Amino acid sequence: MEQLKRTALFDAYKDQAKLVPFGGWEMPVQFSSIKEEHEAVRTRAGLFDVSHMGEVEVSGPDALALVQKLTTNDASKIAIGQAQYTLMCYPDGGTVDDLLVYRTGEQKYLLVINAGNIDKDVDWIQQHTTGDVTVTHISDQVAQIAIQGPLAETILQRLTEEDLSSLRPFTFLNDVMIGGVPILISRSGYTGEDGFELYFESKQAPAIWNLLLETGKEDGLLPCGLGARDTLRFEAKLPLYGQELSATISPIEAGMGFAVKVDKGDYIGRDALALQKEQGAPRKLVGLEMIDRGIPRTHYPVYQGGELIGEVTTGTQSPTLKLNIGLALIKSEFAVLGEEVEVEIRGKRVRAKIVKAPFYKRAK
Amino acid sequence: MNLPKELRYTEEHEWVKTESDNKVRVGITDFAQSELGDIVFVELPEVGDKIEAGQPFGSVESVKTVSELYAPVNGTIVEVNGSLEESPENVNDDSYGDGWMIVVELDDAAQLSELLSDEQYKQSIQ
Repeated sequence: MEQLKRTALFDAYKDQAKLVPFGGWEMPVQFSSIKEEHEAVRTRAGLFDVSHMGEVEVSGPDALALVQKLTTNDASKIAIGQAQYTLMCYPDGGTVDDLLVYRTGEQKYLLVINAGNIDKDVDWIQQHTTGDVTVTHISDQVAQIAIQGPLAETILQRLTEEDLSSLRPFTFLNDVMIGGVPILISRSGYTGEDGFELYFESKQAPAIWNLLLETGKEDGLLPCGLGARDTLRFEAKLPLYGQELSATISPIEAGMGFAVKVDKGDYIGRDALALQKEQGAPRKLVGLEMIDRGIPRTHYPVYQGGELIGEVTTGTQSPTLKLNIGLALIKSEFAVLGEEVEVEIRGKRVRAKIVKAPFYKRAK
Repeated sequence: MNLPKELRYTEEHEWVKTESDNKVRVGITDFAQSELGDIVFVELPEVGDKIEAGQPFGSVESVKTVSELYAPVNGTIVEVNGSLEESPENVNDDSYGDGWMIVVELDDAAQLSELLSDEQYKQSIQ
Protein backbone atom coordinates (compact mmCIF):
# COMPACT_ATOMS: atom_id res chain seq x y z
CA MET A 1 0.00 0.00 0.00
CA GLU A 2 1.09 3.51 -0.72
CA GLN A 3 2.33 5.44 2.31
CA LEU A 4 -0.32 7.86 3.58
CA LYS A 5 0.68 11.51 3.49
CA ARG A 6 0.45 13.70 6.56
CA THR A 7 -0.10 17.43 6.83
CA ALA A 8 2.24 19.78 8.68
CA LEU A 9 -0.26 19.66 11.56
CA PHE A 10 -0.20 15.91 12.04
CA ASP A 11 2.08 15.93 15.08
CA ALA A 12 0.07 18.73 16.69
CA TYR A 13 -3.07 16.58 17.02
CA LYS A 14 -2.11 12.95 16.38
CA ASP A 15 -2.58 11.99 20.05
CA GLN A 16 -5.91 13.80 20.42
CA ALA A 17 -7.77 12.59 17.35
CA LYS A 18 -9.04 9.41 15.75
CA LEU A 19 -7.14 9.13 12.46
CA VAL A 20 -8.36 7.65 9.18
CA PRO A 21 -7.10 7.46 5.60
CA PHE A 22 -8.77 10.03 3.33
CA GLY A 23 -7.81 10.65 -0.30
CA GLY A 24 -4.29 9.33 0.31
CA TRP A 25 -3.88 11.28 3.56
CA GLU A 26 -3.90 10.25 7.19
CA MET A 27 -6.41 12.72 8.62
CA PRO A 28 -8.38 13.24 11.84
CA VAL A 29 -11.97 12.00 11.44
CA GLN A 30 -12.93 13.20 14.92
CA PHE A 31 -11.43 14.69 18.07
CA SER A 32 -14.21 14.38 20.68
CA SER A 33 -17.33 13.25 18.82
CA ILE A 34 -18.73 14.07 15.39
CA LYS A 35 -22.00 15.21 16.97
CA GLU A 36 -20.28 17.52 19.46
CA GLU A 37 -17.98 18.98 16.83
CA HIS A 38 -20.88 19.46 14.44
CA GLU A 39 -22.86 21.27 17.10
CA ALA A 40 -19.88 23.44 18.03
CA VAL A 41 -19.68 24.70 14.44
CA ARG A 42 -23.43 25.35 14.19
CA THR A 43 -23.62 27.19 17.52
CA ARG A 44 -20.09 28.45 18.34
CA ALA A 45 -17.01 27.65 16.27
CA GLY A 46 -14.81 24.80 15.06
CA LEU A 47 -11.25 24.54 13.80
CA PHE A 48 -10.32 22.23 10.92
CA ASP A 49 -7.00 21.16 9.43
CA VAL A 50 -7.62 21.19 5.70
CA SER A 51 -3.99 21.35 4.66
CA HIS A 52 -4.49 18.23 2.57
CA MET A 53 -6.25 20.42 0.00
CA GLY A 54 -4.12 21.26 -3.04
CA GLU A 55 -2.95 24.66 -4.24
CA VAL A 56 -1.84 25.62 -7.74
CA GLU A 57 -0.63 29.08 -8.71
CA VAL A 58 -1.30 30.31 -12.24
CA SER A 59 0.45 33.51 -13.29
CA GLY A 60 1.47 35.50 -16.35
CA PRO A 61 -0.15 37.49 -19.16
CA ASP A 62 -2.23 34.48 -20.27
CA ALA A 63 -3.24 33.37 -16.75
CA LEU A 64 -6.85 34.53 -17.10
CA ALA A 65 -7.16 32.85 -20.51
CA LEU A 66 -5.99 29.55 -19.03
CA VAL A 67 -8.36 29.74 -16.06
CA GLN A 68 -11.21 30.61 -18.43
CA LYS A 69 -10.42 27.66 -20.66
CA LEU A 70 -10.30 25.23 -17.73
CA THR A 71 -13.25 26.36 -15.61
CA THR A 72 -17.01 26.68 -15.98
CA ASN A 73 -17.63 29.93 -14.08
CA ASP A 74 -16.68 33.32 -15.54
CA ALA A 75 -13.20 34.07 -14.17
CA SER A 76 -13.17 37.49 -15.90
CA LYS A 77 -15.59 38.66 -13.18
CA ILE A 78 -13.10 38.00 -10.37
CA ALA A 79 -11.53 41.21 -9.07
CA ILE A 80 -8.26 41.19 -7.12
CA GLY A 81 -9.19 40.20 -3.56
CA GLN A 82 -12.12 38.06 -4.64
CA ALA A 83 -12.65 34.31 -4.76
CA GLN A 84 -14.98 32.31 -6.97
CA TYR A 85 -16.47 28.81 -6.71
CA THR A 86 -16.05 27.03 -10.01
CA LEU A 87 -15.52 23.63 -11.63
CA MET A 88 -13.29 21.98 -14.19
CA CYS A 89 -15.07 19.67 -16.61
CA TYR A 90 -14.29 17.10 -19.27
CA PRO A 91 -15.51 17.72 -22.83
CA ASP A 92 -18.59 15.55 -22.10
CA GLY A 93 -19.58 17.70 -19.10
CA GLY A 94 -18.39 15.23 -16.43
CA THR A 95 -16.52 16.88 -13.58
CA VAL A 96 -12.72 16.88 -13.17
CA ASP A 97 -12.96 18.71 -9.85
CA ASP A 98 -14.64 21.59 -8.08
CA LEU A 99 -12.43 24.36 -6.78
CA LEU A 100 -12.02 27.90 -5.52
CA VAL A 101 -10.16 30.41 -7.65
CA TYR A 102 -8.61 33.35 -5.80
CA ARG A 103 -7.36 36.32 -7.77
CA THR A 104 -4.23 37.34 -5.88
CA GLY A 105 -2.80 39.78 -8.45
CA GLU A 106 -3.34 41.51 -11.77
CA GLN A 107 -2.15 38.39 -13.61
CA LYS A 108 -2.11 35.89 -10.76
CA TYR A 109 -4.59 33.27 -9.56
CA LEU A 110 -4.54 30.68 -6.78
CA LEU A 111 -6.52 27.49 -7.48
CA VAL A 112 -7.56 25.43 -4.45
CA ILE A 113 -8.37 21.84 -5.40
CA ASN A 114 -9.50 18.65 -3.64
CA ALA A 115 -6.89 16.50 -1.88
CA GLY A 116 -7.84 13.27 -3.65
CA ASN A 117 -7.63 14.95 -7.05
CA ILE A 118 -4.31 16.79 -6.77
CA ASP A 119 -2.25 14.65 -9.18
CA LYS A 120 -5.08 14.33 -11.69
CA ASP A 121 -5.85 18.08 -11.60
CA VAL A 122 -2.23 19.19 -11.91
CA ASP A 123 -1.81 16.89 -14.94
CA TRP A 124 -5.03 18.22 -16.44
CA ILE A 125 -4.02 21.85 -15.93
CA GLN A 126 -0.53 21.32 -17.33
CA GLN A 127 -1.88 19.36 -20.27
CA HIS A 128 -3.99 22.37 -21.31
CA THR A 129 -1.46 25.09 -20.57
CA THR A 130 -0.65 27.27 -23.56
CA GLY A 131 0.67 30.80 -24.02
CA ASP A 132 2.64 32.99 -21.65
CA VAL A 133 1.64 31.47 -18.32
CA THR A 134 3.40 29.75 -15.42
CA VAL A 135 1.70 26.94 -13.50
CA THR A 136 3.25 26.17 -10.11
CA HIS A 137 2.12 23.36 -7.86
CA ILE A 138 2.60 24.63 -4.29
CA SER A 139 0.47 22.22 -2.20
CA ASP A 140 3.42 21.06 -0.09
CA GLN A 141 4.37 24.60 0.93
CA VAL A 142 0.87 25.71 1.90
CA ALA A 143 -1.10 24.90 5.05
CA GLN A 144 -4.82 25.55 5.24
CA ILE A 145 -6.83 25.90 8.44
CA ALA A 146 -10.57 26.63 8.46
CA ILE A 147 -12.28 28.35 11.37
CA GLN A 148 -16.04 28.03 10.98
CA GLY A 149 -19.13 28.99 12.94
CA PRO A 150 -21.03 32.02 14.23
CA LEU A 151 -18.17 32.97 16.59
CA ALA A 152 -15.39 32.54 14.00
CA GLU A 153 -15.16 36.27 13.33
CA THR A 154 -15.08 37.20 17.03
CA ILE A 155 -12.24 34.76 17.69
CA LEU A 156 -10.14 35.62 14.66
CA GLN A 157 -10.66 39.36 15.20
CA ARG A 158 -8.79 39.15 18.51
CA LEU A 159 -5.65 38.29 16.58
CA THR A 160 -5.61 41.11 14.01
CA GLU A 161 -6.14 44.85 13.62
CA GLU A 162 -7.70 44.35 10.19
CA ASP A 163 -11.47 44.85 10.28
CA LEU A 164 -12.86 41.39 9.53
CA SER A 165 -16.50 42.51 9.77
CA SER A 166 -16.06 44.35 6.48
CA LEU A 167 -14.72 41.25 4.72
CA ARG A 168 -17.57 40.00 2.52
CA PRO A 169 -18.17 36.30 1.70
CA PHE A 170 -15.86 35.13 -1.10
CA THR A 171 -13.40 37.95 -0.59
CA PHE A 172 -10.00 37.79 1.09
CA LEU A 173 -7.18 39.78 2.61
CA ASN A 174 -3.62 38.87 1.78
CA ASP A 175 -0.60 38.97 4.10
CA VAL A 176 -2.54 39.62 7.31
CA MET A 177 -0.03 39.17 10.14
CA ILE A 178 -1.21 36.72 12.79
CA GLY A 179 1.25 35.36 15.32
CA GLY A 180 4.00 36.89 13.19
CA VAL A 181 2.97 34.88 10.12
CA PRO A 182 1.61 36.42 6.88
CA ILE A 183 -1.75 34.78 6.19
CA LEU A 184 -4.28 34.89 3.38
CA ILE A 185 -7.64 35.16 5.14
CA SER A 186 -10.63 34.22 3.01
CA ARG A 187 -14.24 34.53 4.14
CA SER A 188 -15.40 31.14 2.91
CA GLY A 189 -15.85 27.57 4.01
CA TYR A 190 -17.48 24.19 3.58
CA THR A 191 -19.89 23.98 6.50
CA GLY A 192 -22.87 26.20 5.69
CA GLU A 193 -21.78 28.59 8.45
CA ASP A 194 -19.98 31.91 8.40
CA GLY A 195 -16.25 31.43 8.68
CA PHE A 196 -12.77 31.83 7.32
CA GLU A 197 -10.16 29.78 5.52
CA LEU A 198 -6.55 30.65 6.29
CA TYR A 199 -3.67 29.92 3.90
CA PHE A 200 -0.03 30.29 4.92
CA GLU A 201 3.39 28.69 4.89
CA SER A 202 3.07 25.11 6.14
CA LYS A 203 6.11 25.33 8.47
CA GLN A 204 4.09 27.69 10.67
CA ALA A 205 1.04 25.44 10.88
CA PRO A 206 1.41 24.02 14.43
CA ALA A 207 1.99 27.48 15.94
CA ILE A 208 -1.06 28.98 14.20
CA TRP A 209 -3.24 25.96 15.04
CA ASN A 210 -2.37 26.20 18.73
CA LEU A 211 -2.74 29.98 18.79
CA LEU A 212 -6.25 29.76 17.31
CA LEU A 213 -7.33 26.98 19.70
CA GLU A 214 -6.05 28.96 22.67
CA THR A 215 -7.70 32.19 21.48
CA GLY A 216 -11.07 30.51 20.96
CA LYS A 217 -11.06 28.36 24.07
CA GLU A 218 -13.27 30.70 26.12
CA ASP A 219 -15.82 30.78 23.26
CA GLY A 220 -16.09 27.00 23.05
CA LEU A 221 -14.02 26.62 19.88
CA LEU A 222 -13.39 22.89 19.27
CA PRO A 223 -10.89 21.16 17.01
CA CYS A 224 -12.96 19.27 14.43
CA GLY A 225 -12.31 16.33 12.15
CA LEU A 226 -13.38 15.37 8.66
CA GLY A 227 -16.42 13.55 10.07
CA ALA A 228 -18.07 16.76 11.21
CA ARG A 229 -16.86 18.54 8.09
CA ASP A 230 -18.77 15.95 6.06
CA THR A 231 -22.04 16.14 8.04
CA LEU A 232 -21.87 19.97 8.02
CA ARG A 233 -21.31 20.27 4.28
CA PHE A 234 -23.95 17.60 3.64
CA GLU A 235 -26.68 19.47 5.55
CA ALA A 236 -25.82 22.58 3.55
CA LYS A 237 -25.92 20.55 0.28
CA LEU A 238 -22.34 21.41 -0.59
CA PRO A 239 -21.10 18.73 -2.99
CA LEU A 240 -18.25 16.33 -2.19
CA TYR A 241 -16.18 15.19 -5.15
CA GLY A 242 -16.52 11.41 -5.52
CA GLN A 243 -20.10 11.48 -4.22
CA GLU A 244 -22.18 14.40 -5.58
CA LEU A 245 -19.64 15.16 -8.34
CA SER A 246 -17.49 12.83 -10.43
CA ALA A 247 -16.21 12.20 -13.95
CA THR A 248 -19.70 10.86 -14.73
CA ILE A 249 -21.70 13.56 -12.91
CA SER A 250 -21.97 17.05 -14.38
CA PRO A 251 -22.20 20.23 -12.30
CA ILE A 252 -25.69 20.81 -13.70
CA GLU A 253 -26.85 17.43 -12.41
CA ALA A 254 -25.33 18.19 -9.00
CA GLY A 255 -27.26 21.47 -8.80
CA MET A 256 -24.19 23.64 -9.31
CA GLY A 257 -25.56 25.26 -12.47
CA PHE A 258 -25.05 28.71 -10.94
CA ALA A 259 -21.29 28.18 -11.41
CA VAL A 260 -21.65 27.17 -15.05
CA LYS A 261 -21.69 30.12 -17.46
CA VAL A 262 -22.41 29.19 -21.05
CA ASP A 263 -22.02 32.70 -22.53
CA LYS A 264 -18.48 33.48 -21.41
CA GLY A 265 -16.81 32.08 -24.55
CA ASP A 266 -15.47 28.64 -25.27
CA TYR A 267 -14.05 26.37 -22.57
CA ILE A 268 -13.63 22.65 -21.97
CA GLY A 269 -17.06 21.06 -21.56
CA ARG A 270 -19.03 24.14 -22.64
CA ASP A 271 -21.05 22.52 -25.44
CA ALA A 272 -22.15 19.55 -23.34
CA LEU A 273 -23.04 21.78 -20.39
CA ALA A 274 -24.92 24.30 -22.58
CA LEU A 275 -27.02 21.45 -23.96
CA GLN A 276 -27.84 20.24 -20.42
CA LYS A 277 -28.79 23.78 -19.39
CA GLU A 278 -31.05 24.13 -22.42
CA GLN A 279 -32.67 20.69 -22.48
CA GLY A 280 -32.37 19.78 -18.81
CA ALA A 281 -29.85 17.34 -17.38
CA PRO A 282 -30.68 13.62 -17.42
CA ARG A 283 -30.38 13.36 -13.63
CA LYS A 284 -30.98 15.65 -10.69
CA LEU A 285 -29.71 15.80 -7.12
CA VAL A 286 -32.61 15.74 -4.64
CA GLY A 287 -33.07 15.60 -0.91
CA LEU A 288 -34.54 12.46 0.68
CA GLU A 289 -36.12 12.06 4.08
CA MET A 290 -36.81 8.56 5.34
CA ILE A 291 -40.43 7.66 6.13
CA ASP A 292 -39.60 4.14 7.38
CA ARG A 293 -36.77 3.33 9.78
CA GLY A 294 -33.29 3.35 8.23
CA ILE A 295 -30.47 5.62 7.20
CA PRO A 296 -29.72 6.18 3.51
CA ARG A 297 -26.02 5.75 2.66
CA THR A 298 -23.77 6.36 -0.33
CA HIS A 299 -24.59 4.12 -3.35
CA TYR A 300 -27.82 2.68 -1.90
CA PRO A 301 -30.19 2.21 -4.89
CA VAL A 302 -33.35 4.34 -5.16
CA TYR A 303 -36.55 3.00 -6.72
CA GLN A 304 -39.99 4.25 -7.63
CA GLY A 305 -42.80 1.88 -8.63
CA GLY A 306 -40.30 -0.94 -9.02
CA GLU A 307 -38.07 1.04 -11.38
CA LEU A 308 -34.46 1.81 -10.46
CA ILE A 309 -34.26 5.62 -10.72
CA GLY A 310 -30.88 6.42 -9.18
CA GLU A 311 -28.78 6.17 -6.05
CA VAL A 312 -27.98 7.88 -2.79
CA THR A 313 -24.82 10.04 -2.95
CA THR A 314 -24.56 10.93 0.76
CA GLY A 315 -26.74 10.16 3.75
CA THR A 316 -26.64 10.11 7.51
CA GLN A 317 -28.65 11.05 10.53
CA SER A 318 -28.52 14.84 10.45
CA PRO A 319 -26.96 16.01 13.72
CA THR A 320 -28.79 19.36 13.46
CA LEU A 321 -32.24 18.04 12.48
CA LYS A 322 -32.03 14.53 14.03
CA LEU A 323 -33.64 13.17 10.86
CA ASN A 324 -32.45 10.32 8.64
CA ILE A 325 -31.83 12.16 5.39
CA GLY A 326 -29.83 11.86 2.21
CA LEU A 327 -28.95 13.36 -1.12
CA ALA A 328 -29.73 11.20 -4.15
CA LEU A 329 -28.97 11.54 -7.82
CA ILE A 330 -32.09 10.36 -9.67
CA LYS A 331 -33.55 10.51 -13.17
CA SER A 332 -34.88 14.05 -13.61
CA GLU A 333 -38.44 13.02 -14.48
CA PHE A 334 -38.79 11.50 -10.99
CA ALA A 335 -37.46 14.57 -9.16
CA VAL A 336 -40.79 15.82 -7.81
CA LEU A 337 -40.99 17.32 -4.30
CA GLY A 338 -43.16 15.30 -1.93
CA GLU A 339 -43.12 12.15 -4.06
CA GLU A 340 -42.53 8.84 -2.33
CA VAL A 341 -39.58 6.67 -3.38
CA GLU A 342 -37.92 3.56 -1.98
CA VAL A 343 -34.35 3.22 -0.78
CA GLU A 344 -32.85 -0.25 -0.74
CA ILE A 345 -31.11 -0.75 2.59
CA ARG A 346 -29.27 -4.07 2.97
CA GLY A 347 -31.60 -5.81 0.55
CA LYS A 348 -34.82 -4.32 1.91
CA ARG A 349 -36.73 -1.49 0.20
CA VAL A 350 -37.97 1.12 2.63
CA ARG A 351 -39.96 4.29 2.04
CA ALA A 352 -38.58 7.82 1.77
CA LYS A 353 -39.91 11.04 0.34
CA ILE A 354 -38.32 13.68 -1.85
CA VAL A 355 -37.77 16.85 0.15
CA LYS A 356 -36.19 20.27 -0.28
CA ALA A 357 -32.42 20.55 0.08
CA PRO A 358 -30.29 22.20 1.48
CA PHE A 359 -31.52 20.72 4.73
CA TYR A 360 -29.89 23.53 6.65
CA LYS A 361 -29.53 27.24 5.94
CA ARG A 362 -28.07 29.57 8.49
CA ALA A 363 -30.08 32.59 9.55
CA LYS A 364 -28.54 35.67 7.92
CA MET B 1 -10.25 -0.48 28.67
CA ASN B 2 -13.49 -1.60 30.25
CA LEU B 3 -13.77 -5.42 29.84
CA PRO B 4 -15.77 -7.02 32.67
CA LYS B 5 -14.19 -10.33 33.75
CA GLU B 6 -17.50 -12.16 34.08
CA LEU B 7 -18.42 -11.67 30.40
CA ARG B 8 -17.38 -13.68 27.35
CA TYR B 9 -16.42 -12.06 24.05
CA THR B 10 -16.12 -12.60 20.30
CA GLU B 11 -13.52 -11.32 17.85
CA GLU B 12 -16.36 -9.43 16.20
CA HIS B 13 -16.65 -7.28 19.37
CA GLU B 14 -19.80 -8.73 20.95
CA TRP B 15 -20.03 -9.49 24.64
CA VAL B 16 -22.05 -12.41 26.01
CA LYS B 17 -23.45 -12.62 29.53
CA THR B 18 -24.94 -15.80 30.94
CA GLU B 19 -28.43 -15.07 32.32
CA SER B 20 -29.52 -18.61 33.18
CA ASP B 21 -28.64 -22.14 32.13
CA ASN B 22 -29.68 -21.67 28.54
CA LYS B 23 -30.05 -17.92 28.05
CA VAL B 24 -27.46 -15.25 27.28
CA ARG B 25 -27.61 -11.49 26.87
CA VAL B 26 -25.59 -9.96 24.00
CA GLY B 27 -24.26 -6.49 23.21
CA ILE B 28 -21.17 -4.81 21.75
CA THR B 29 -18.03 -4.03 23.70
CA ASP B 30 -16.90 -0.71 25.06
CA PHE B 31 -14.02 -0.86 22.60
CA ALA B 32 -16.46 -1.31 19.68
CA GLN B 33 -18.72 1.58 20.68
CA SER B 34 -15.71 3.83 21.10
CA GLU B 35 -14.36 2.89 17.66
CA LEU B 36 -17.77 3.50 16.05
CA GLY B 37 -18.32 6.93 17.57
CA ASP B 38 -21.78 8.45 17.99
CA ILE B 39 -24.27 5.64 17.41
CA VAL B 40 -27.47 6.87 15.79
CA PHE B 41 -29.26 3.72 14.65
CA VAL B 42 -29.51 0.10 15.75
CA GLU B 43 -31.32 -2.56 13.72
CA LEU B 44 -32.17 -5.75 15.61
CA PRO B 45 -34.00 -9.01 14.80
CA GLU B 46 -37.42 -9.89 16.18
CA VAL B 47 -38.35 -12.18 19.03
CA GLY B 48 -38.62 -15.69 17.64
CA ASP B 49 -35.94 -15.20 14.95
CA LYS B 50 -33.17 -17.80 14.78
CA ILE B 51 -29.55 -16.68 14.74
CA GLU B 52 -26.43 -18.59 13.79
CA ALA B 53 -22.94 -18.07 15.21
CA GLY B 54 -20.77 -15.97 12.91
CA GLN B 55 -23.74 -14.74 10.84
CA PRO B 56 -25.04 -11.14 10.93
CA PHE B 57 -28.12 -10.62 13.12
CA GLY B 58 -28.44 -6.86 12.84
CA SER B 59 -26.51 -3.68 12.33
CA VAL B 60 -25.37 -0.63 14.18
CA GLU B 61 -24.82 2.72 12.51
CA SER B 62 -22.78 5.66 13.68
CA VAL B 63 -22.94 9.09 12.07
CA LYS B 64 -20.33 7.96 9.61
CA THR B 65 -20.46 4.17 9.22
CA VAL B 66 -22.61 1.04 9.13
CA SER B 67 -21.36 -2.09 10.91
CA GLU B 68 -22.90 -5.54 11.04
CA LEU B 69 -23.56 -7.31 14.31
CA TYR B 70 -22.44 -10.95 14.32
CA ALA B 71 -24.16 -13.63 16.34
CA PRO B 72 -21.87 -15.14 19.00
CA VAL B 73 -23.94 -18.36 19.32
CA ASN B 74 -26.70 -20.42 17.69
CA GLY B 75 -30.12 -19.89 19.16
CA THR B 76 -33.50 -18.19 19.20
CA ILE B 77 -34.15 -14.55 20.09
CA VAL B 78 -36.31 -14.32 23.20
CA GLU B 79 -35.90 -10.62 24.01
CA VAL B 80 -34.89 -7.50 22.08
CA ASN B 81 -33.85 -4.15 23.56
CA GLY B 82 -36.59 -2.03 22.01
CA SER B 83 -35.41 1.10 23.82
CA LEU B 84 -32.47 1.35 21.41
CA GLU B 85 -34.92 2.36 18.69
CA GLU B 86 -35.51 5.64 20.54
CA SER B 87 -32.16 5.85 22.34
CA PRO B 88 -29.36 4.28 20.30
CA GLU B 89 -26.90 6.45 22.26
CA ASN B 90 -27.35 4.02 25.17
CA VAL B 91 -24.86 1.80 23.34
CA ASN B 92 -22.25 4.57 23.68
CA ASP B 93 -23.18 5.55 27.20
CA ASP B 94 -23.59 2.10 28.76
CA SER B 95 -22.51 -0.64 26.37
CA TYR B 96 -22.63 -3.43 29.01
CA GLY B 97 -25.87 -2.18 30.63
CA ASP B 98 -28.69 -0.22 28.97
CA GLY B 99 -26.94 -0.72 25.64
CA TRP B 100 -27.61 -4.48 25.56
CA MET B 101 -29.13 -5.73 22.32
CA ILE B 102 -30.67 -9.20 22.48
CA VAL B 103 -31.32 -12.17 24.78
CA VAL B 104 -30.82 -15.53 23.09
CA GLU B 105 -32.01 -18.99 24.07
CA LEU B 106 -29.10 -21.26 23.27
CA ASP B 107 -29.37 -24.28 21.02
CA ASP B 108 -26.37 -25.77 22.78
CA ALA B 109 -24.96 -24.32 25.99
CA ALA B 110 -21.64 -26.01 25.28
CA GLN B 111 -21.04 -23.38 22.60
CA LEU B 112 -20.24 -20.84 25.31
CA SER B 113 -16.90 -22.50 25.95
CA GLU B 114 -15.78 -21.47 22.45
CA LEU B 115 -16.07 -17.76 23.29
CA LEU B 116 -13.15 -15.57 24.34
CA SER B 117 -12.23 -14.58 27.88
CA ASP B 118 -11.62 -10.89 28.63
CA GLU B 119 -7.87 -11.51 28.33
CA GLN B 120 -8.20 -13.30 25.00
CA TYR B 121 -10.44 -10.56 23.61
CA LYS B 122 -8.01 -7.91 24.80
CA GLN B 123 -5.23 -9.64 22.89
CA SER B 124 -7.37 -9.88 19.76
CA ILE B 125 -7.79 -6.11 19.58
CA GLN B 126 -4.18 -5.20 20.29
